[in-house]
Amino acid sequence: MKALFAKLVSIIVLLFARAVTAVRPIWDESGLPSQQCVYFANHSSHGDFILIWTVLPPRVRENVRPVAGADYWLKSKINAFIGRDVFNAVLIQRVREERDADPVTVMANALDEGSSLIFFPEGTRNLTDTPLQPFKSGLFHLASARPRIDLIPVWIANLNRVMPKGEFVPIPLICTVTFGAPLRIGEGETKDAFIERARNALLALAPINGETGR
Amino acid sequence: MTDARADMLLLISGIGGILILASLVGYFLQRWLSPNGSNAAIENLNARINAWWIMAILIAIAFVAGRIGVIVLFAFCSFAALREFVTLINTRRADHWALATAFFVVLPLQYFLLWSEDYGIFAVFIPVYTFLLMPIITVLRGDTQRFLIRVAEVQWALMICVYCASHVPALLTLRIPGYEGRNVLLIAFLIIVVQLSDVLQYVWGKLFGRTKIAPNLSPSKTVEGFVGGVASATLIGASLWWITPFTPLQAGAMALIITLMGFFGGLVMSAIKRDRGVKDWGHLIEGHGGLIDRLDSVVFSAPVFFHLTRYWWTL
Repeated sequence: MKALFAKLVSIIVLLFARAVTAVRPIWDESGLPSQQCVYFANHSSHGDFILIWTVLPPRVRENVRPVAGADYWLKSKINAFIGRDVFNAVLIQRVREERDADPVTVMANALDEGSSLIFFPEGTRNLTDTPLQPFKSGLFHLASARPRIDLIPVWIANLNRVMPKGEFVPIPLICTVTFGAPLRIGEGETKDAFIERARNALLALAPINGETGR
Repeated sequence: MTDARADMLLLISGIGGILILASLVGYFLQRWLSPNGSNAAIENLNARINAWWIMAILIAIAFVAGRIGVIVLFAFCSFAALREFVTLINTRRADHWALATAFFVVLPLQYFLLWSEDYGIFAVFIPVYTFLLMPIITVLRGDTQRFLIRVAEVQWALMICVYCASHVPALLTLRIPGYEGRNVLLIAFLIIVVQLSDVLQYVWGKLFGRTKIAPNLSPSKTVEGFVGGVASATLIGASLWWITPFTPLQAGAMALIITLMGFFGGLVMSAIKRDRGVKDWGHLIEGHGGLIDRLDSVVFSAPVFFHLTRYWWTL
């Protein structure tokens, strides 16, 4: 019963996301990712993973789980229902003192179960004017723990304008989700070098002048 | 004068015939010139023809559904057009409430006023009340950076995408003696003439186009395409006089005005696209680009057509 309701809610959320954003995927030349992977994206809105979810074909989408902060998604019963039941999120504890499990282990376990992940390496939503905040080290630790998994940069454009921080009415605007070429951590690559490379790969997808170059 | 339904049926069969012909031509061109999908122009032509089928079917459904169908169709067109327009303008966080008002209050109210057929308020609601209210909502947030530009852009978005577009279904509200129950044919006349003009300008331009007419705005538009397209669309408009309250000569003159407004509307909207560094307004219609790419000429001609008809032909 609860599962059926969750399915219904997810359909409504997807339809709503399409109505508001008319979201359009822009795939990399390598095409739609066919293997298990980690999508890492810029993060400026609570709706970010929903847009990635929306543009993925249903078969792919079934196996994709967003990684989200437990502090936010367990805050209330509604949040927990949406986070856990509707989107099947992998919940990690961002606040170090409240951790009962290592976040990287939790994510690696989800990968071992065969899921793909949506991950936001900035750690929190970007509320600044810069396009992309510095990455936290999570992506590096995850990549080191499971080095054979493809990491796919994903740029979500315009969603921060649809629903800026503190607003609760979304403005209909066209959003795009741009997928980049998969990358993996190199043998012996240092943390700083890897983070820099991954961040540049993501930034390269950001549109200029409201439209992507491709 | 025949029954409006019979005329409508004739018109729909005519358009269906043209589309079937276009699809056949597109099919054979593809067989000969682009068998493996390598010729981009042919592929785009076929994508355009397929999209035309969908647009024609949607409009036909709206016409069959009657007044409410037409109003709902254009309300959705306004919504999608406004979404494309606002995506390209300079908005700041302080514009949030003004934009929410534009989408969720102004747009539905304009179409509600249209439905209620109260012309007095329909005609002034956006240019008077909304244009005064929107900057007030914006100014309350206290952000003065590029204030005039931001306010002007939102107002123009509303003017083009909502106010002007709503003048197409507004043709239904005109009371023309001897033309009762046939107003939907006026919409058909407007849309057919404007869109055929666009198509014919494209065709004439592809066949005979040599001299660019506005190289800075729209490199694909040519003098030959413009003259040929406008002239042939005017003739087609004149030959469609039997679905209008006009004489053949009047229908031709109306068609000429509509096509000229449509042409210049296209140029204006191209200038905005160039300024924003985009090729199309969006990706809603396969082969054509965004909805505004298809609607730009209609939007510019509809209010003029509406008022000319209202001034000379209504009581």
